[in-house]
Amino acid sequence: MKKKKTFYATCVNVIAWVISLICLIPLLIIILNSLKDKQTAAAMDLSLPAFPIQWENFAVVIEKGKLLTSLGNSVTYSVGSVLLCAVTAVMAAYVLSRNATKCNKLLYLYMALGITLPVNYVALMKVMQFLHINNTKLGIILLYTAMQLPFSVFLIHGFIARIPLDLDEAASIDGCGSVRLFFSVILPLLKPVLATVFVLTFLNTWNEFVSPLYFLGSSEKWPMTLSVYNFFGMYFMDWNLICADILLTSLPVIVVYLLGQRYIVSGMTAGAVKG
Amino acid sequence: MRNGKTYPIWFAISALVIYTALFVVPSLIGIGYSFTDWSAYTTDLHFVGLKNFRLIFSADENYTKIITNTLMFTLLTTVLKNVLGLLLAVLLTKSVKMLNFHRGVMFMPSVLSTLIIGLVFSSILNPSTGILNTFLRAIGLDSLAVQWLTSTKYAFGTVIAVDVWRGTGYIMTILIAGIMSISSDYYEAASIDGASGIQKFFKITLPLLMPTLATTTVLNVIYGLKVFDMIYALTNGGPGDATTEVLYTEVFKKFGTGQYAVGTALSSVMFLFMLVIGFFMIRVMTKGEVEE
Repeated sequence: MKKKKTFYATCVNVIAWVISLICLIPLLIIILNSLKDKQTAAAMDLSLPAFPIQWENFAVVIEKGKLLTSLGNSVTYSVGSVLLCAVTAVMAAYVLSRNATKCNKLLYLYMALGITLPVNYVALMKVMQFLHINNTKLGIILLYTAMQLPFSVFLIHGFIARIPLDLDEAASIDGCGSVRLFFSVILPLLKPVLATVFVLTFLNTWNEFVSPLYFLGSSEKWPMTLSVYNFFGMYFMDWNLICADILLTSLPVIVVYLLGQRYIVSGMTAGAVKG
Repeated sequence: MRNGKTYPIWFAISALVIYTALFVVPSLIGIGYSFTDWSAYTTDLHFVGLKNFRLIFSADENYTKIITNTLMFTLLTTVLKNVLGLLLAVLLTKSVKMLNFHRGVMFMPSVLSTLIIGLVFSSILNPSTGILNTFLRAIGLDSLAVQWLTSTKYAFGTVIAVDVWRGTGYIMTILIAGIMSISSDYYEAASIDGASGIQKFFKITLPLLMPTLATTTVLNVIYGLKVFDMIYALTNGGPGDATTEVLYTEVFKKFGTGQYAVGTALSSVMFLFMLVIGFFMIRVMTKGEVEE
């Protein structure tokens, strides 16, 4: 009986390792090949890089791929939309949750519906032109904000519902105005859900490349994700450079993932599991 | 009216304005434009009635294939991700060593950029030099080393496989949270009554996990219908005649060739479809909130 149990436990552990490895292989390929020279990287295999390790790949990529410009663009788009989205979403979710009149309930549903709705990129171009934000950085920031708002409002709305109303009443009786009530009493309590919104919005906007593909004609405005593509055409077979570029582009995402894993999981499972 | 004063509606205005202007308005005027001959080559618009929609649903164009592809992609990825995600979730709620490491690693593909995943896989799956076929040949399975992304026979399945590789960890994570919220009392009682592991899974875990599975299904369906990135990066609709073409890659192509009216008509079909799914999703996802 005991033998059977140990055998079973070993099996389970082996399976877990095999699946983890399958998930890790592409990342390993990227890391290993970003350190090789052109000839050995062409195979894109899992062999270890030979000495001397080609650190200069990264320098070449940064220089030739103009990565600093696209890094600046990505930071502008992500940070801009993360801040704008968090501020507008938290204020909207707060009012719509606390003052749940019929009209506000409908407004909340109207916003939450955006989680599923597709973006009509073709007609969006018309709207962007009308607002004079087509092919501008501001346009991308506003568009990302619009795209991230529904889920953010949904997350924060659910969180605020669990904060007792007594707090608001006590603060109001003490003479706290509506603006101060929100900023000094409620907002500090929303730190966990705001962290989730920050992390998720950052990851989504950093990885987004469809909107720039539609709306940014010039490559100087491209985010880092697309710079990989720019590069792919230029040095078609230089996988060592492509891998170096991919690694640099993914680095912020991996770092944010490792640091904010708790917030990502809590955000992504919100609404899915009612415990 | 105290509430309106304590919770002023202007707090919500900026979010509503941005969302309405850049998300809802395009969808609505897009429906209007889909009845016109809007394109990059003419300056004035003409009303053409249902012409664009007749084109989309007519048999002699590729659109029926594109719509079938989109639905098949959605169906297959939803089923596969749910089944594999459930298996992994059950596996990773057992006494596996380094549990958090495994959970973290399996979730990781869903945070990486799809574009990057697509590029790396196009190299891994390269028929002559990719490591998958090199590996298969090395262990003597030459017959399995096929043209994964470049033959019309296998490309669709390959795209689905890569997407399942990417998305299963996410579904698994949600299902783990669902399994952990099941009270251990049930399992203890079942153990006392002598239930086997498989019986416990089918009689306790699965029934109690149904609401969570409903949510993951909805999430998968929404994702599947809207899929663009993965296919754009892997095959861009090819090889051959629309083997892996889906709605959103087609919209992008119509945009690129300046056939705006057809593009917006396709988007509008999608919009109406997703609107229905959206109402269903909100009922699933806000069930707990309404009861509070």
